[in-house]
Amino acid sequence: MISVTINQKVYQLDADPNMPLLWAIRDLAGLTGTKYGCGVAQCGACVVHLNGEAVRACITPLRSAEGQQVVTIEGLSENNDHPLQRAWQEIDVPQCGYCHSGQIMSAAILLRDNPNPTDQDINDAMSGNICRCGTYLRIREGIKRAAEMRK
Amino acid sequence: MRLTISRQLNLLSVVVIILAVITGLASTSVDMGSLPDADTSEIIKKDSVKSVKAFLEAYKVLMSPRCVNCHPAGDVPLQGDESRLHAMKPQRGKDGKGLNAMKCANCHRESNTPGLNMPPGAPNWHLPPADMKMVFQGKTAHELAKQLMDPKQNGNKSKEQLIAHATDALVLAAWNPGEGRTTPPLSHEAFAKAWTTWIKYGGYAPGK
Repeated sequence: MISVTINQKVYQLDADPNMPLLWAIRDLAGLTGTKYGCGVAQCGACVVHLNGEAVRACITPLRSAEGQQVVTIEGLSENNDHPLQRAWQEIDVPQCGYCHSGQIMSAAILLRDNPNPTDQDINDAMSGNICRCGTYLRIREGIKRAAEMRK
Repeated sequence: MRLTISRQLNLLSVVVIILAVITGLASTSVDMGSLPDADTSEIIKKDSVKSVKAFLEAYKVLMSPRCVNCHPAGDVPLQGDESRLHAMKPQRGKDGKGLNAMKCANCHRESNTPGLNMPPGAPNWHLPPADMKMVFQGKTAHELAKQLMDPKQNGNKSKEQLIAHATDALVLAAWNPGEGRTTPPLSHEAFAKAWTTWIKYGGYAPGK
């Protein structure tokens, strides 16, 4: 059994230690907010926080999360009221929405490290999160709006 | 007895003259600016010809994509056997470990991810830090040797630390690059031998 804390809840998972963390989160813990995109760490749809870092769950082996703290989109805030989530709703950032849990989880790390990011900071920090609908301009606007909300 | 000592002194003089001639000849093909501080105990080991020959072997590895890709001239790592700019353009960051949600270790985990062209991994994956970029890309053998022997440009490494660097986990990762990537042109054993020989015989830079 592998013990992992996801969104402050301890899960005892009967799984192969080499199982991708994404599989464990979605199929074993039942938290389906995190999405499977490319499976090769190229798109960012599966970004979750592992001990405060924005890892790609599709290529992160479950063993590296053993005994560690994982936060998914479901655990980013208690009432879906993280500034990014509020900004996303206010601006209506997503189109299809598939990539946006990953977008928000990456953006959350950006705002933690840099509370007032410039366009360039946002481009640099978010360049690993691809949006097939091309909502990049609204994503940038949403991050700036969230930064304002946090002030 | 006195005669013997006198003969020994004569012999020593001849050896000194021969050494001086050899060193003089060597100076025509190597950069003497790289000579470490004079130290009688070390001079015996110094051999610019051997040292330069060994460096030119090691240089083949140092300029392979496995080394150059993480020692880029810019602030974005390189990728693949053709050393193209890394997809997503992750930034070096101050400590060389990336920025925000784009830290190297977020994708480059403790070991290679199985599968063709999947992210390679090793503990503490990173570039050199922003205040000492240790660029390999585009450097001639002369420039790289000078840089590597200069503690102000090599990560403050002494000769001993440089020698030890040959078995650093990230250096070793070059010979276990994951599916779809070539390994350096020498074996790790041959590289470590050339690297160590280069440093032990004086760390000389090839001529310009």
